[in-house]
Amino acid sequence: MTAKKFQTVDVVADVTAGVNGLVTIVINGVQQTTAAQTLAQWVDAQSLAANAVATAVNGQFVPRTLRAQTPLREGDTIVTFQPIEGG
Amino acid sequence: MLTPQEGWVPGRSAQVKEEPAKRAGDTEQSAQAPSLLTPQPWHIGGRTLTSRFFLGTAGYPSPDILQQAIAASGAQVVTMGLRRQLSAGGKADDFFALVKATGAHLLPNTAGCHTAREAITLAHMARELFDTHWIKLEVIGDAHTLQPDPFELVEAARQLAKDGFEVFPYCMDDLVSCQRLLDVGCNILMPWGAPIGSGQGLVNPGALRTLRARLPGVPLIVDAGIGRPSDAAQALELGLDGVLLNTAVAQAVDPVRMARAFKLGIEAGRLAFEAGVMAKQDMAVASTPVAGYPILL
Repeated sequence: MTAKKFQTVDVVADVTAGVNGLVTIVINGVQQTTAAQTLAQWVDAQSLAANAVATAVNGQFVPRTLRAQTPLREGDTIVTFQPIEGG
Repeated sequence: MLTPQEGWVPGRSAQVKEEPAKRAGDTEQSAQAPSLLTPQPWHIGGRTLTSRFFLGTAGYPSPDILQQAIAASGAQVVTMGLRRQLSAGGKADDFFALVKATGAHLLPNTAGCHTAREAITLAHMARELFDTHWIKLEVIGDAHTLQPDPFELVEAARQLAKDGFEVFPYCMDDLVSCQRLLDVGCNILMPWGAPIGSGQGLVNPGALRTLRARLPGVPLIVDAGIGRPSDAAQALELGLDGVLLNTAVAQAVDPVRMARAFKLGIEAGRLAFEAGVMAKQDMAVASTPVAGYPILL
C-alpha cells in the first residue's frame, strides 16, 4: 500500500470523513472499523495506558503529545510498539 | 609531502586522531591512587559507570532468572527491544517493570531494522517508550550473519545525532566506517566481536586493536559474538572499554553463575589492561635468577 502523507490538523472533525462517523483502518496488520476520530481516542479505546505504546501512522512516528491532533482517516495504517526483551 | 592525515577532510574522526594518546575511559582524573579492589568510574554517553558489562535481557529461562542474572552481572546498562504490538496485554508491561526495577540504565535497540528510515522511526519510538535518549542503533545488512549495513548505519546515525540521540552504533570492526560514524556525530562505537549469537569470540582481534590504537578516547564496546568470559577478558585486555552480550549468559545452563563469571572476566581483563600486559617473546626468558649460582656439574 502506498503511504499517505501524514499531517496533523487543529480541527479534527473537519477532515475525518467516514461512513456514519466510522473509519476502517489497519492496526498492526489487521483491518478494524473504529469510531475513534483521533489516534488518542483509538489508544484510549483499547484500554491502553497512553505511555504503554509508541505509535506510528502510515510509517511515521507520532509522539504521544500529538496523538490528540492526529485524525484517523479511511485506510490509515497504524502500528503500535511496546517494550520487549532485547539484546 | 602530505601525510595521509593531512589530506583528509577534518571531520570528528580527524580530531580524534589528533588527540594525545590516552587510554579510553581514563577520563576520570583522580589524585588518589586507583584501588585494585574497586573498579574505577568511567564515562560513557554522559553517564558515569563502574561496571563495563552491558547485558541483554532476551532469552532467559524466566523473568526471575533474568533478574538474578542482572544482579549477579553487576551490569549498570541493560538492553531492551521494541516489538510491534500483536495484542494488548500485560506481559510486556510486567517485563518492562521488572527490568526498570533493577535500576540499570536502559539501552533500547533497533533490532530488526534493515534501512535507515526504519531505524530512525524505531529510535524515536524507543526514546518515548523508554524515556532515554540512548539508542543502540542496529541496521542489519545481511540476514545470515546479521552483519550491520555500514552505509545505512551512517545515514541513520547522522539523523539521530541531529535529533539529539546518544547513538551506540552496532557496527563492523572496520576502521574507516567507524571513523565515518564519528564524523556524523557518534561519540561511541560498538564493533562486533563475531556474528550475533554465534559465541565465536573475537574473530578479528587485530581489527579491534587497530580501532583502539587509532581512536583513543572513543568509548569502544564489543557488541555481539562473545561466547565465554575469556573472550570478554580478551576484549578488555586489548583496551576496549566494555562488552555487550546476551546469549552467552541467557543460554548458559546456569545463567546466574555465568553472569558472575563474565563480571569477573571483564574486571580481570580491565585490570590486566591497566596493569600493562607483558610483551610476547620468541624464546624462553628464565624467570628464576641463576647468575651467581655455583656451577656444580
